[in-house]
Amino acid sequence: MTIATSTELICFLILSSIIVGGGIGVVLIENIVYSAFLLGGVFMSVAGLYLLLNASFVAAAQVLVYVGAINVLILFAIMLVNKREPLKPIKGLKVRKFFSGCVCAGLLALLFRVDITTKWSTPGPQAIGEIATERIGEHLFTDYLLPFELASVLLLMAMIGAIVLARRDTRSIQLEEIDPVRENVIKSSNSNVLIDQSPD
Amino acid sequence: MFNSQELIPLNAYLLIASILFCIGVWGLINSRNAVRVLMSIELMLNAVNINLMAFSSYIDGNIIRGQVFTVFVITVAAAEAAVGLAILLSLYRNRTTVDMESFNLLKW
Repeated sequence: MTIATSTELICFLILSSIIVGGGIGVVLIENIVYSAFLLGGVFMSVAGLYLLLNASFVAAAQVLVYVGAINVLILFAIMLVNKREPLKPIKGLKVRKFFSGCVCAGLLALLFRVDITTKWSTPGPQAIGEIATERIGEHLFTDYLLPFELASVLLLMAMIGAIVLARRDTRSIQLEEIDPVRENVIKSSNSNVLIDQSPD
Repeated sequence: MFNSQELIPLNAYLLIASILFCIGVWGLINSRNAVRVLMSIELMLNAVNINLMAFSSYIDGNIIRGQVFTVFVITVAAAEAAVGLAILLSLYRNRTTVDMESFNLLKW
Protein backbone atom coordinates (compact mmCIF):
# COMPACT_ATOMS: atom_id res chain seq x y z
CA MET A 1 0.00 0.00 0.00
CA THR A 2 1.60 3.21 -1.15
CA ILE A 3 1.23 6.49 0.67
CA ALA A 4 -1.25 7.77 -1.92
CA THR A 5 -3.66 4.88 -1.45
CA SER A 6 -3.44 4.96 2.32
CA THR A 7 -4.11 8.70 2.29
CA GLU A 8 -7.10 8.11 0.07
CA LEU A 9 -8.42 5.43 2.39
CA ILE A 10 -8.00 7.63 5.46
CA CYS A 11 -9.72 10.52 3.69
CA PHE A 12 -12.61 8.28 2.70
CA LEU A 13 -13.04 6.97 6.24
CA ILE A 14 -12.97 10.45 7.77
CA LEU A 15 -15.38 11.88 5.21
CA SER A 16 -17.82 9.01 5.50
CA SER A 17 -17.82 9.15 9.29
CA ILE A 18 -18.51 12.90 9.12
CA ILE A 19 -21.34 12.26 6.66
CA VAL A 20 -23.01 9.58 8.76
CA GLY A 21 -22.50 11.32 12.10
CA GLY A 22 -23.50 14.69 10.74
CA GLY A 23 -26.61 13.26 9.11
CA ILE A 24 -27.69 11.67 12.38
CA GLY A 25 -27.01 14.95 14.14
CA VAL A 26 -29.06 16.90 11.61
CA VAL A 27 -32.18 14.88 12.33
CA LEU A 28 -31.67 14.34 16.07
CA ILE A 29 -30.21 17.52 17.59
CA GLU A 30 -32.88 19.66 19.24
CA ASN A 31 -31.39 23.06 18.44
CA ILE A 32 -32.11 23.65 14.78
CA VAL A 33 -29.27 26.15 14.31
CA TYR A 34 -26.78 23.42 15.21
CA SER A 35 -28.56 21.15 12.76
CA ALA A 36 -28.16 23.69 9.99
CA PHE A 37 -24.43 24.06 10.61
CA LEU A 38 -24.00 20.29 10.76
CA LEU A 39 -25.83 20.11 7.45
CA GLY A 40 -23.19 22.44 6.01
CA GLY A 41 -20.52 20.06 7.28
CA VAL A 42 -22.28 17.13 5.62
CA PHE A 43 -22.42 19.04 2.33
CA MET A 44 -18.69 19.84 2.53
CA SER A 45 -17.89 16.18 3.22
CA VAL A 46 -19.96 15.08 0.24
CA ALA A 47 -17.94 17.53 -1.86
CA GLY A 48 -14.82 15.83 -0.50
CA LEU A 49 -16.17 12.45 -1.63
CA TYR A 50 -16.66 13.92 -5.10
CA LEU A 51 -13.01 15.00 -5.10
CA LEU A 52 -12.04 11.42 -4.21
CA LEU A 53 -14.05 10.33 -7.25
CA ASN A 54 -12.02 12.65 -9.55
CA ALA A 55 -14.91 15.04 -10.13
CA SER A 56 -13.57 18.48 -9.35
CA PHE A 57 -16.25 20.42 -11.22
CA VAL A 58 -19.15 18.79 -9.41
CA ALA A 59 -17.34 19.19 -6.10
CA ALA A 60 -17.00 22.91 -6.74
CA ALA A 61 -20.65 23.12 -7.77
CA GLN A 62 -21.62 21.26 -4.60
CA VAL A 63 -19.72 23.71 -2.41
CA LEU A 64 -21.04 26.75 -4.26
CA VAL A 65 -24.67 25.71 -4.53
CA TYR A 66 -25.25 23.63 -1.42
CA VAL A 67 -23.02 25.30 1.14
CA GLY A 68 -23.10 28.75 -0.40
CA ALA A 69 -26.73 29.00 -1.38
CA ILE A 70 -29.00 26.34 0.12
CA ASN A 71 -27.41 26.21 3.55
CA VAL A 72 -27.38 30.00 3.84
CA LEU A 73 -31.01 30.07 2.69
CA ILE A 74 -31.91 27.54 5.39
CA LEU A 75 -30.09 29.62 8.02
CA PHE A 76 -32.00 32.71 6.91
CA ALA A 77 -35.27 30.80 7.11
CA ILE A 78 -34.38 29.67 10.63
CA MET A 79 -33.68 33.26 11.62
CA LEU A 80 -36.96 34.44 10.13
CA VAL A 81 -39.14 31.84 11.82
CA ASN A 82 -37.10 31.43 14.98
CA LYS A 83 -39.78 31.21 17.62
CA ARG A 84 -39.26 29.05 20.66
CA GLU A 85 -42.62 27.44 20.95
CA PRO A 86 -43.59 24.59 23.23
CA LEU A 87 -44.61 21.80 20.91
CA LYS A 88 -47.93 20.26 21.68
CA PRO A 89 -47.50 16.72 22.99
CA ILE A 90 -49.01 14.20 20.65
CA LYS A 91 -50.03 10.80 21.85
CA GLY A 92 -48.33 7.90 20.21
CA LEU A 93 -45.32 9.93 19.12
CA LYS A 94 -42.84 7.47 20.61
CA VAL A 95 -44.62 4.55 18.96
CA ARG A 96 -44.62 6.41 15.68
CA LYS A 97 -40.91 7.13 15.90
CA PHE A 98 -40.23 3.52 16.76
CA PHE A 99 -42.23 2.14 13.86
CA SER A 100 -40.80 4.59 11.35
CA GLY A 101 -37.35 3.66 12.66
CA CYS A 102 -38.16 0.01 12.02
CA VAL A 103 -39.31 0.83 8.49
CA CYS A 104 -36.15 2.84 7.81
CA ALA A 105 -33.97 0.05 9.23
CA GLY A 106 -35.72 -2.39 6.93
CA LEU A 107 -35.14 -0.11 3.97
CA LEU A 108 -31.50 0.19 5.00
CA ALA A 109 -31.14 -3.59 5.21
CA LEU A 110 -32.73 -3.94 1.78
CA LEU A 111 -30.40 -1.33 0.27
CA PHE A 112 -27.38 -2.95 1.94
CA ARG A 113 -28.33 -6.30 0.50
CA VAL A 114 -28.64 -4.82 -2.98
CA ASP A 115 -25.34 -2.94 -2.60
CA ILE A 116 -23.39 -5.97 -1.46
CA THR A 117 -24.85 -8.87 -3.38
CA THR A 118 -25.21 -7.28 -6.80
CA LYS A 119 -22.34 -7.96 -9.18
CA TRP A 120 -21.52 -4.48 -10.44
CA SER A 121 -19.65 -4.55 -13.74
CA THR A 122 -16.48 -3.04 -12.33
CA PRO A 123 -13.91 -2.16 -13.47
CA GLY A 124 -15.55 -0.17 -16.20
CA PRO A 125 -13.70 1.85 -18.79
CA GLN A 126 -10.71 3.85 -17.61
CA ALA A 127 -11.82 7.01 -15.82
CA ILE A 128 -10.94 10.18 -17.67
CA GLY A 129 -10.03 12.01 -14.49
CA GLU A 130 -9.10 15.63 -14.88
CA ILE A 131 -10.72 16.30 -18.26
CA ALA A 132 -14.12 15.51 -16.77
CA THR A 133 -14.93 19.21 -16.64
CA GLU A 134 -14.47 19.57 -20.42
CA ARG A 135 -16.56 16.47 -20.96
CA ILE A 136 -19.38 17.86 -18.80
CA GLY A 137 -19.33 21.04 -20.90
CA GLU A 138 -19.54 18.99 -24.10
CA HIS A 139 -22.47 17.03 -22.69
CA LEU A 140 -24.30 20.17 -21.60
CA PHE A 141 -24.08 21.75 -25.03
CA THR A 142 -24.68 18.69 -27.21
CA ASP A 143 -26.82 15.80 -26.02
CA TYR A 144 -28.11 17.40 -22.81
CA LEU A 145 -28.86 20.79 -24.34
CA LEU A 146 -32.62 20.57 -23.86
CA PRO A 147 -32.47 19.69 -20.12
CA PHE A 148 -29.88 22.44 -19.70
CA GLU A 149 -32.21 25.07 -21.16
CA LEU A 150 -35.15 23.64 -19.22
CA ALA A 151 -33.10 23.97 -16.04
CA SER A 152 -32.64 27.67 -16.72
CA VAL A 153 -36.40 28.09 -17.19
CA LEU A 154 -36.96 26.08 -14.00
CA LEU A 155 -34.64 28.34 -12.03
CA LEU A 156 -36.42 31.41 -13.34
CA MET A 157 -39.79 29.95 -12.37
CA ALA A 158 -38.49 29.03 -8.92
CA MET A 159 -37.14 32.55 -8.40
CA ILE A 160 -40.40 34.23 -9.40
CA GLY A 161 -42.42 31.73 -7.39
CA ALA A 162 -40.31 32.25 -4.29
CA ILE A 163 -40.66 36.02 -4.57
CA VAL A 164 -44.44 35.80 -5.01
CA LEU A 165 -44.87 33.34 -2.14
CA ALA A 166 -42.60 35.08 0.34
CA ARG A 167 -43.76 38.61 -0.40
CA ARG A 168 -45.29 40.23 2.64
CA ASP A 169 -48.91 40.91 2.06
CA THR A 170 -49.61 44.58 2.78
CA ARG A 171 -53.29 44.03 3.49
CA SER A 172 -52.66 41.54 6.26
CA ILE A 173 -50.27 43.95 7.98
CA GLN A 174 -52.92 46.65 7.94
CA LEU A 175 -55.44 44.24 9.40
CA GLU A 176 -53.11 43.24 12.21
CA GLU A 177 -52.23 46.83 13.00
CA ILE A 178 -55.79 48.09 12.97
CA ASP A 179 -57.45 45.22 14.73
CA PRO A 180 -55.46 43.42 17.47
CA VAL A 181 -58.51 41.30 18.30
CA ARG A 182 -58.38 39.81 14.85
CA GLU A 183 -54.73 38.91 15.36
CA ASN A 184 -55.61 36.97 18.49
CA VAL A 185 -58.33 35.23 16.58
CA ILE A 186 -55.80 34.31 13.94
CA LYS A 187 -53.41 32.94 16.53
CA SER A 188 -55.95 30.91 18.42
CA SER A 189 -57.98 29.70 15.52
CA ASN A 190 -57.68 26.20 14.23
CA SER A 191 -59.65 26.80 11.08
CA ASN A 192 -58.69 28.40 7.83
CA VAL A 193 -57.17 31.78 8.59
CA LEU A 194 -56.11 32.75 5.10
CA ILE A 195 -57.04 36.36 4.63
CA ASP A 196 -59.55 36.98 1.91
CA GLN A 197 -57.75 38.73 -0.89
CA SER A 198 -60.54 38.84 -3.41
CA PRO A 199 -61.15 42.30 -4.88
CA ASP A 200 -64.12 43.93 -3.27
CA MET B 1 -3.24 10.99 -10.02
CA PHE B 2 -4.16 7.92 -8.02
CA ASN B 3 -6.54 5.42 -9.44
CA SER B 4 -9.52 5.16 -7.15
CA GLN B 5 -10.82 1.97 -8.74
CA GLU B 6 -8.51 -0.35 -6.86
CA LEU B 7 -8.58 0.59 -3.23
CA ILE B 8 -12.06 1.74 -2.28
CA PRO B 9 -14.71 -0.52 -3.79
CA LEU B 10 -17.86 0.84 -5.36
CA ASN B 11 -19.85 -0.82 -2.57
CA ALA B 12 -18.38 1.52 0.03
CA TYR B 13 -19.80 4.59 -1.66
CA LEU B 14 -23.15 2.87 -2.12
CA LEU B 15 -23.28 1.91 1.55
CA ILE B 16 -22.60 5.50 2.63
CA ALA B 17 -25.31 6.73 0.28
CA SER B 18 -27.78 4.16 1.64
CA ILE B 19 -27.13 5.17 5.23
CA LEU B 20 -27.52 8.85 4.40
CA PHE B 21 -30.74 8.20 2.48
CA CYS B 22 -32.30 6.26 5.35
CA ILE B 23 -31.34 8.97 7.84
CA GLY B 24 -33.04 11.45 5.53
CA VAL B 25 -36.21 9.34 5.30
CA TRP B 26 -36.40 8.99 9.08
CA GLY B 27 -35.92 12.71 9.58
CA LEU B 28 -38.49 13.49 6.92
CA ILE B 29 -41.12 11.39 8.69
CA ASN B 30 -40.37 12.37 12.27
CA SER B 31 -39.40 16.03 12.25
CA ARG B 32 -41.79 18.44 13.92
CA ASN B 33 -40.00 21.52 12.63
CA ALA B 34 -40.72 22.34 9.00
CA VAL B 35 -37.19 23.62 8.37
CA ARG B 36 -35.80 20.29 9.51
CA VAL B 37 -38.04 18.52 7.01
CA LEU B 38 -36.45 20.56 4.23
CA MET B 39 -32.99 19.71 5.57
CA SER B 40 -33.89 16.00 5.51
CA ILE B 41 -34.93 16.32 1.87
CA GLU B 42 -31.54 17.86 1.11
CA LEU B 43 -29.86 14.91 2.83
CA MET B 44 -31.79 12.47 0.64
CA LEU B 45 -30.88 14.39 -2.51
CA ASN B 46 -27.23 14.29 -1.48
CA ALA B 47 -27.41 10.52 -0.99
CA VAL B 48 -28.77 10.14 -4.51
CA ASN B 49 -26.00 12.39 -5.82
CA ILE B 50 -23.34 10.24 -4.15
CA ASN B 51 -24.85 7.20 -5.87
CA LEU B 52 -24.82 8.89 -9.27
CA MET B 53 -21.26 10.09 -8.86
CA ALA B 54 -19.98 6.71 -7.72
CA PHE B 55 -21.58 4.88 -10.64
CA SER B 56 -20.35 7.56 -13.01
CA SER B 57 -16.79 7.15 -11.82
CA TYR B 58 -16.63 3.38 -11.56
CA ILE B 59 -18.82 2.07 -14.38
CA ASP B 60 -19.20 4.97 -16.81
CA GLY B 61 -15.72 6.43 -16.43
CA ASN B 62 -15.20 7.74 -19.94
CA ILE B 63 -18.62 9.27 -20.68
CA ILE B 64 -19.53 10.49 -17.14
CA ARG B 65 -23.26 10.88 -17.71
CA GLY B 66 -23.71 10.55 -13.95
CA GLN B 67 -21.83 13.78 -13.31
CA VAL B 68 -24.11 15.64 -15.72
CA PHE B 69 -27.14 14.21 -13.94
CA THR B 70 -25.67 15.30 -10.62
CA VAL B 71 -25.36 18.85 -11.91
CA PHE B 72 -29.03 18.77 -12.89
CA VAL B 73 -30.04 17.34 -9.52
CA ILE B 74 -28.14 20.14 -7.77
CA THR B 75 -30.00 22.67 -9.92
CA VAL B 76 -33.39 21.19 -9.08
CA ALA B 77 -32.43 21.00 -5.41
CA ALA B 78 -31.66 24.71 -5.38
CA ALA B 79 -35.02 25.52 -6.94
CA GLU B 80 -36.77 23.18 -4.51
CA ALA B 81 -35.11 24.75 -1.50
CA ALA B 82 -36.01 28.27 -2.60
CA VAL B 83 -39.67 27.46 -3.22
CA GLY B 84 -39.92 25.27 -0.12
CA LEU B 85 -38.58 27.96 2.18
CA ALA B 86 -40.86 30.55 0.58
CA ILE B 87 -43.84 28.28 1.23
CA LEU B 88 -42.59 27.84 4.79
CA LEU B 89 -42.44 31.59 5.35
CA SER B 90 -45.92 32.01 3.91
CA LEU B 91 -47.23 29.24 6.19
CA TYR B 92 -45.54 30.80 9.19
CA ARG B 93 -47.25 34.11 8.52
CA ASN B 94 -50.64 32.46 8.27
CA ARG B 95 -50.40 29.95 11.13
CA THR B 96 -47.68 31.58 13.31
CA THR B 97 -46.02 28.23 13.88
CA VAL B 98 -43.62 25.88 12.13
CA ASP B 99 -44.92 22.74 13.81
CA MET B 100 -45.66 20.17 11.13
CA GLU B 101 -48.51 18.73 13.19
CA SER B 102 -50.46 21.97 12.95
CA PHE B 103 -50.41 22.13 9.17
CA ASN B 104 -53.58 20.11 8.73
CA LEU B 105 -55.54 22.49 6.56
CA LEU B 106 -56.05 19.94 3.78
CA LYS B 107 -56.60 16.94 6.06
CA TRP B 108 -60.21 15.90 5.65
